[in-house]
Amino acid sequence: MNARAFLIGGAFVVFVGACVVTLTGDWRGFFSVESARRMAQLARDAMPPAHDGAFLAKVGYASMETVAISLIGTLIAAIGGLALALPGAGRWGHAAKAIARLVMNVLRAIPELVWAGLLVVAAGLGPFTGTLALAVHTAGVLGRLFAESLENISAEPYNALRHHGTGAAAAFWYSTFPQVLPQIISYALYRWENNIRAAAVLGVVGGGGLGQMLHFHLSLFQMQDAATILIAMIVLVGLVDFVSNRLRIAMSA
Amino acid sequence: MAAVSPTLSRNSDDPAWRSRLLWLVAALTIIAPAAWLTEFNPGKLADAHALKTTARFLATMFPPALAPEFLARIAVDAWRTIAIATVGTVLAVLIALPLALVANRQLSISSLGGGAMCAICATLRGAVRWILIVLRSIPEIVWALIFVRAVGLGDSAAVMAIALTYGGMLGKVYIEIFESQEAQASRALLANGASRAQAFVYATFPVCLPEFLSYSVYRWECAIRASVVMGLVGAGGLGQRLDESMKSLNGGEVFTILVVFVVLVWLADKLSAWLRQQTA
Repeated sequence: MNARAFLIGGAFVVFVGACVVTLTGDWRGFFSVESARRMAQLARDAMPPAHDGAFLAKVGYASMETVAISLIGTLIAAIGGLALALPGAGRWGHAAKAIARLVMNVLRAIPELVWAGLLVVAAGLGPFTGTLALAVHTAGVLGRLFAESLENISAEPYNALRHHGTGAAAAFWYSTFPQVLPQIISYALYRWENNIRAAAVLGVVGGGGLGQMLHFHLSLFQMQDAATILIAMIVLVGLVDFVSNRLRIAMSA
Repeated sequence: MAAVSPTLSRNSDDPAWRSRLLWLVAALTIIAPAAWLTEFNPGKLADAHALKTTARFLATMFPPALAPEFLARIAVDAWRTIAIATVGTVLAVLIALPLALVANRQLSISSLGGGAMCAICATLRGAVRWILIVLRSIPEIVWALIFVRAVGLGDSAAVMAIALTYGGMLGKVYIEIFESQEAQASRALLANGASRAQAFVYATFPVCLPEFLSYSVYRWECAIRASVVMGLVGAGGLGQRLDESMKSLNGGEVFTILVVFVVLVWLADKLSAWLRQQTA
């Protein structure tokens, strides 16, 4: 082991130690018999999960709402991301590039759940807020990826069209855009998969879908209802994982 | 896209107009109901009351809150956020590593000769994989909500929420990392009588170390974001402060907290990139 690895390792141990010492959590309370009993009580209260038809229909609707939030959110994000990526790839000068990059970094750095919390002020509780929150955060993520794609493609087709008198917009749609389209689609699909997961919990801070339902029923200690929603969440996320895994295998084969 | 011969589309300059139209219609039939489900309504933002609230909120953002006592409180909260993420991630590694070891098929002694794994071992390995799936399929914020209900607010709820969800995620990736290595070295050690622990420590782990560290550090970076988010449901740190400031519509405080948060994430990103470079 060399000296540097030793130093980094030492710093790591000191850092973790400092973190453990400064945490004020009531650890004895957390791992006490009393809290174990309360966890067990919550689990018992959740049995059997609610399964009457009317409630299941509501959970089904909320699941569809979750998928819809992720779909529309990602779609807006893809359009917004492209709009940010054009200046972000340096097409309109250095100043525009710097500003676009800053905007994308800020959008990206703030998680969708925090965006949802902020947007509740403007758009109120509900799925629309969740959609906007996803769109805003994902626009930052996709914008950066799109900008990189735009920078990496060949400029020759575009220049050739321009030399022959094609307008800038037409040249973009017929030469640049088709080149980046496959990457745009694959990035957007990857983010969509991510966003279904995010949309499932967005509602916890008021963004609609399964999360909002879960928060509502947990707040009222309706554990049987909460258990059903939790199961729906796990099934939805598991399904997305399974399908995307299969698709990836099928496409790479 | 289907190529339509130019003669068939005399009315258009675009030879691919038919397939474009088809794609557009197909997309709209999916998007329209989805938009309806999300109660998509930009007009809601332009509503007079919403506009007034938003404008007032945005107006209070400037100037940002910079009072020394507020900044001191924020500094403490920022450290708490880091501490929650760090302890949570360390616990997650402590959960994931043993489970990944148990589930590692390369360390199976019963299948050494090329035969089938013993039934009990195969069941055990499968069971561990299922435990990991369950752990990671419940998002950390849901764990936090449940813990907050069961044992009350606080750092411990957030730490355990990160530990459980990230334990599941790390475990899955650790298994993939460990099993993607050449099995020869560890198999040779096992065949010559080494224990599983010895085979792992001397053959598998040294090769996997860079990938192992790099993914764990990346997860720590994600945990910082997660720890802020969990604060929103009352689990301590910057997020909780942000939630309080948002609820009281104190824009100045919200602005300062957001800036601190963005800087924090940026620093974690830089540190994690540097650490990954060191181990590469």
